[in-house]
Amino acid sequence: MDLTNFKEEWKYTNISSVLEKAYVTAPSEVSAEDLNAFRMPGHHKANELVFVNGRYAPALSQVLSSENELVILPLKEAMNGFFRDLVSSHLNKSADYIKDGVHALNGEYMQEGMFIYVPKGLKPQHPIYMYHVLDGRQAPVMAQPRNLIYADERSRLQLTETYATLGTSDSFCNEVLEIIVAQDAYVEYYKLQNDVAHASQVNTTHISQIGRSYVHTVVISLGGGIVRNNMNLVLDAANNEAHMYGLYLLKGKTHVDNHTLIDNKQPGCFSNQLYKGIADDSSTGVFNGRIMVQPDAQKTNAYQSNKNILLSDNATINAKPQLEIFADDVKCSHGCTVGQLDEEALFYLRARGIPREKAEVLLLQAYAADIVAQIKPMTVRAYVERLILEHLSVG
Amino acid sequence: MLSIKNIHARVEDKEILRGINLEIKAGEVHAIMGPNGSGKSTLSSVLAGREEYEVTEGSVAFLGKDLLDLAPEDRAREGLFLAFQYPVEIPGVSTTNFVKAAVNEKRKYNGEEPLDAVSFLKLMKEKMAMVEIDQSLLSRSINEGFSGGEKKRNEVFQMAMLEPKLAILDETDSGLDIDALRIVANGINELRRPDRAFLVITHYQRLLDYIQPDFVHVLYKGRIVKSGTKELALELEEKGYDFITEQIDLAALSGLQ
Repeated sequence: MDLTNFKEEWKYTNISSVLEKAYVTAPSEVSAEDLNAFRMPGHHKANELVFVNGRYAPALSQVLSSENELVILPLKEAMNGFFRDLVSSHLNKSADYIKDGVHALNGEYMQEGMFIYVPKGLKPQHPIYMYHVLDGRQAPVMAQPRNLIYADERSRLQLTETYATLGTSDSFCNEVLEIIVAQDAYVEYYKLQNDVAHASQVNTTHISQIGRSYVHTVVISLGGGIVRNNMNLVLDAANNEAHMYGLYLLKGKTHVDNHTLIDNKQPGCFSNQLYKGIADDSSTGVFNGRIMVQPDAQKTNAYQSNKNILLSDNATINAKPQLEIFADDVKCSHGCTVGQLDEEALFYLRARGIPREKAEVLLLQAYAADIVAQIKPMTVRAYVERLILEHLSVG
Repeated sequence: MLSIKNIHARVEDKEILRGINLEIKAGEVHAIMGPNGSGKSTLSSVLAGREEYEVTEGSVAFLGKDLLDLAPEDRAREGLFLAFQYPVEIPGVSTTNFVKAAVNEKRKYNGEEPLDAVSFLKLMKEKMAMVEIDQSLLSRSINEGFSGGEKKRNEVFQMAMLEPKLAILDETDSGLDIDALRIVANGINELRRPDRAFLVITHYQRLLDYIQPDFVHVLYKGRIVKSGTKELALELEEKGYDFITEQIDLAALSGLQ
């Protein structure tokens, strides 16, 4: 492990307290009832893939799409069967980008992951909901989900991923999800993090656009202990288009570190990135946004913006934009702000009779609105709006 | 309705109001005029409850309650309304939702049930016509991208929706062309009622051509230095503020000697 690099990459997040705990990965007795508390609206019409302590739980899952539309296989099987070449050429490419021990640790569980394949030209009627359930009812629990998704040419995929810890023991989820997007495919990816304060996670979402394609991602972080989101987008074909959005609304001691990378490797790609955060109490928000423009990536258009609001004297925001440009004919911009709630706007609302707390919630909701609006499926968006309102209204 | 007694107020270390006395009764329209920097906007800010203004002396009673003791939202819910000189733009909050929240907060405060969607819409349509404001404007974010005239009409629309007992209009005429001024003034005139009072703060006489005040007060260096009827406003228009301020400055000077 390259220790210097590790220090820089983990500058604002100290993961040692999470890693040094003793976790078990015992089999777990999670029931359908346990799961019900976390199921997202629209689940009756979704392919629900449930992972308990990192392992796929077919009995709790619900696959509505036919096998012709959506292939779901254990990675172990996929590695040796029909998809052998496809899997071997794409699996674990995230390791080229993230060379730390946490990522390597997940690699040991690669055999246990799942492979999801959307065939050429198909648009599964039902979206995919992925649940990661960590059962901390007996002892501290660690899960290392590892999945590979391949959206083949002209296919369409809509995926929403969420996390839930049961019980009162600490949980640590160390996830690696790799998504390969082929020519003319269209992928929407949503990550919802609203777990309890004793749930920590490091997750890596590594998306490779290997053909000219469209990717749209939104990461919503509302809760958790120490949360590190590695989000890599590799634009590995000419004229790719990628949209990357994030919203972190933090309170208590929650620490969320959004570590993003957009790697422009081919000419003419477009990417737009907007991450917004609100930090209250003693919470910490980190935004490390790296944009690489490789020598071949002429005519790249890459836009990045990160905006933050601090609500408390004890809250922290660390923002670090990082542009590395090795081509000479590109348009790149980045901007970063850290501010406070607009006192003038607050007074205006109060002067019309809206109490301070409600006025604050209104303003914070409004601040979050342009990110929430990027969630395209109405059911998921309405669910997130509700979670945000609850999150802002309590304490 | 409103009784201001010897109010002194400062912002940071600067004393701006230096002993204001004013009595406003239900149904009356009072105009406060004065040159720039005389303290007109400070007075409206102090009455509405802006926290950066510190009242160092004096008292304000509003409908028998100690106004200065109330949070801005409670002042509003007691029936005080401030039409802002510079209405704030709030991206992401639609005017309709905001006004609905405000109307229902006030109803809740008064122990009334919130308005249902149908009744609210009906009320809104009625008041929209009064200030000639378009529905599409109200579904947009509060004041975002509004013209100066649209912002002021939105203020009068909100006033109509909230039906205050005392409305303070802080330079509502500033930045308006003659057509917008007429629309805004008509809206205000339609809201005049025997149980509602107005405090109209303005630099120029022209708004008072449309809204006939019962009393006109001249504010200068943080004090009301002259009070009269609407004829005083005409005199000010004709002679300028100097004819009053020079006398005051002269008197202050001779006092020193």
